[in-house]
Amino acid sequence: MSYTRPAFRHPEAQKNKLGYTRKAYEGAISTLCAGCGHDSISSAIVTSFFEMSVEPHRIAKLSGIGCSSKTPAYFLSRSHGFNSVHGRMPSVATGANMANRDLVYLGVSGDGDTASIGMGQFTHVVRRNLNMVYVVMNNGCYGLTKGQDSATADKGSKTKKGAPVSLESIDLCELAIQLGAGFVARSFSGDKKQLVPIFKAAIAHKGLAFVDVISPCVTFNNAPTSTKSYSYVREHIEATGTFDFIPLRQEITTEYPHGTAIPVTLHDGSIINLFKREDKEVITSKRDAIASLEDAKIAQHILTGILYLDPDSEDTHDILGTTDTPLNQLNEADLCPGNDALQRFNQSLR
Amino acid sequence: MKKIERTNDFVIRFANVNGSGSASANNLFAKVIYRLGVPVSPKNIFPSNIQGLPTWYEVRVNEKGYLGRRGGADFIIGINGQTFRQDFDMVLPGGYFLYDSSKELPESFQRDDITVIGVPLTLLCNSEFSDPRLRQLLKNIVYVGALAYLLDIGLEPVVDSIKKQFSNKPKLAEPNIKALEIGYDYARENHPDSCSLSIRPSEAVGNRIIIDGNSAVGLGAIYAGATVAGWYPITPSTSVVEAFERFAKQYRISPENGKKNYAVIQAEDELAAIGIAIGGGWNGARSFTATSGPGISLMSEFLGLAYFAEIPVVLVDVQRSGPSTGMPTRTQQSDILTCAYASHGDTRNVLLLPSDPLECFQMTADAFDLADRLQTPVIVLSDLDLGMNDHLCEPFEWDDERRYDRGKVLNSEDLDNIKEKWGRYLDVDKDGICYRTLPGTHPEKGAYVTRGTSHNEFAGYTEESSAYERGMNRIMGKWETARRLVPSPEIVIRDETSKLGMVFFGSSTYASLEAIDRLQENSIFINSMRIKAFPFQADVFNFINRHEIVFIIEQNRDSQMKILISGECQVSPGKIVSVTHFNGLPITATIITNRIHSTLLTCGKDFLSSKTVVPEVLS
Repeated sequence: MSYTRPAFRHPEAQKNKLGYTRKAYEGAISTLCAGCGHDSISSAIVTSFFEMSVEPHRIAKLSGIGCSSKTPAYFLSRSHGFNSVHGRMPSVATGANMANRDLVYLGVSGDGDTASIGMGQFTHVVRRNLNMVYVVMNNGCYGLTKGQDSATADKGSKTKKGAPVSLESIDLCELAIQLGAGFVARSFSGDKKQLVPIFKAAIAHKGLAFVDVISPCVTFNNAPTSTKSYSYVREHIEATGTFDFIPLRQEITTEYPHGTAIPVTLHDGSIINLFKREDKEVITSKRDAIASLEDAKIAQHILTGILYLDPDSEDTHDILGTTDTPLNQLNEADLCPGNDALQRFNQSLR
Repeated sequence: MKKIERTNDFVIRFANVNGSGSASANNLFAKVIYRLGVPVSPKNIFPSNIQGLPTWYEVRVNEKGYLGRRGGADFIIGINGQTFRQDFDMVLPGGYFLYDSSKELPESFQRDDITVIGVPLTLLCNSEFSDPRLRQLLKNIVYVGALAYLLDIGLEPVVDSIKKQFSNKPKLAEPNIKALEIGYDYARENHPDSCSLSIRPSEAVGNRIIIDGNSAVGLGAIYAGATVAGWYPITPSTSVVEAFERFAKQYRISPENGKKNYAVIQAEDELAAIGIAIGGGWNGARSFTATSGPGISLMSEFLGLAYFAEIPVVLVDVQRSGPSTGMPTRTQQSDILTCAYASHGDTRNVLLLPSDPLECFQMTADAFDLADRLQTPVIVLSDLDLGMNDHLCEPFEWDDERRYDRGKVLNSEDLDNIKEKWGRYLDVDKDGICYRTLPGTHPEKGAYVTRGTSHNEFAGYTEESSAYERGMNRIMGKWETARRLVPSPEIVIRDETSKLGMVFFGSSTYASLEAIDRLQENSIFINSMRIKAFPFQADVFNFINRHEIVFIIEQNRDSQMKILISGECQVSPGKIVSVTHFNGLPITATIITNRIHSTLLTCGKDFLSSKTVVPEVLS
């Protein structure tokens, strides 16, 4: 870990549409191990929100417990954060989102926090299709308690301790697709070129955007025999396709090879251009998405990129029919029926 | 045989099969008595079951207004084969037993000390109605018709209530009225002068309303401006959030666009239910959840977070008989200690203890003000008896001038005007309560990370011992502020010189007040204190200290309120005598007076007046 960060920034550092430099999106110095994949993800989060020109104070970042859940301190210091209890970030995010639908909610969790202790909350926040970005920093082990296997560790994979994992692993992306998430992606902390556009698209998506990021634990789970190590992932990675993300109201200037790009318009009007791996796959088909994941597993490939997308998904507020004004801004006049109504109520009981 | 002869003072018990449609007929009966102005307290004694198991509905009618359970039954309507013997045997000597005489009473059913009244409910219904479902349901109305005759109520008040009940569906009223008349006529022709119990119209109810505590809590949350509810179904608290949602549909939907000014989330479990409420409270919406004992156990971890990170949240605990699944459909006051100190580490939570539906309404509304002011969980401790049964109470009132106390929340302008460095956990006012900010308030100021890990005054993570200690001590200082803000106990000094005090709370209040009157009739003057909240004020300590013997009435095995008071107050050992009751049925005045009499006898005659007559069973 580093202890200080120079305060100096280039005087002509690039500014986003709001006039902020990247600095406005940074956080405190990380206390994670040097080389931790999580720090790369934090950096990609900073870049994504900066490039998307989201006002930092309009973001709420929430987490559970674990190495990954510490990271909200390391980005977006102008945003309110909530480091809650182990595995319970989704419920806190749900309540927070119900209270104010106008903020951008970023939930950060780990594989222990989501696939074990928080499995119940994870599945139900996906079912609710809460409007949030749900990031799992997935290293296949429990870092803070010194390297025990987690539920996403692949069967047969060997950790630093050398014993192969004996249980089936949980594929969070497959689960999220089954449970109705409108946006499901997998990426790798070492592939910033892919990670940043995925985050940007996830931010633009309305409803639950789930992003599983394989993020090697350099201390406990980076042996070449581990399927969550840098070397293994680099050797076995296979992207679903290359794509780029065009934020709202921007001209598409990028050129695409062979004219195979499929533009998908998100709820807020922004566009994702997908370059599909094979023509037969349909990104909006749950069946294709799950089949691709299963095929990749048989081929011992790690499939990354946007795996599934439903650009028209309804979020929790749509489902409930909540009012457009954030609930935390309603006052007595909106909320209290008053004494006359109460006297009529008394009378109705008589 | 001497028949029980009483007007407006008896207990009538209906023995039914769960799910047979008896509940609405029985409710109708209680409502008719209420509308005749006679105080009534109906209680459902029901199984954890949807259909088939025995259920009882016990209605106490009492002109003087004693509304606690009395015990015993003067009149039993026994129409459940499974409990027929038990019900028959339970009728008090001189009492009455009404049964469905479509089948003859077995020969073994012989009692010469009660009046047996046969009404062929099934045969009467079968000859009048052809629809089998209707036949089953209307059997219950036929016995209400018979009671209308036997208790001198007359047909008219019952017909009026049926019409009111079916005002939207007059077609449904017709067969009900027909069934009523059949029962009434049958009883008049076959059982004239059989029953010496009667109802006489009275003014005793006055302006009071009749409602269950859970509906009152739901309405209180509406009036308090609650907008986010997370919950998980559990008896007996389920009807709290259901009531909230019912009232919200009535009062909280925009007439312009049909959109909702509230969000109710049925969560996957109690962990998520309170997590949702805490997330909502953190983000500035008034948020709550409701649960019962098992849910409290599950929510304990989150309660510690809300306590330590200082997040307002309201939790309603409708207590039932524990431990574990216990008797989920029976009442108890047995979550007092677990709620007072819920969560690991040093934690303590504000408790409010309503004793009737009016207080359920008021205290729920107050709980939101207190939670926002104190930035901590506030638990409203109700119970199954209070929550799920109808009770008489004074009508609800709301002061339209009342403004919600949202506590110390800084807005964007406040943040700009602050000269010193703002710290989320800086005790600026020295009342232990710090200023908080909501997400999204200001582009540059006021952001911080809320956490359950130890933190310093500026919300920064720290493992520095002194900073941790300062924080914990400051939260304890806030507890002193809470002591000043929570409602004071209701103390009644009946005799300045009396050495006897009685302490009670919540739904034990009804039986306790009746016991006090009975003792007074017997020249035992006892002062009383009804506790309304935790933390306890000095008044609580003083009341206990001024008396030589203090009886604490509570519905649990382990004297939890006694333990709480003993731990929190300096009390001389041996002074407090527990009167506990924990069989799942509401406590009665007789249980209390018996225990007090026997204690006073063992303590010596000092406490008994020369006029006191000690009950035979005890002397």
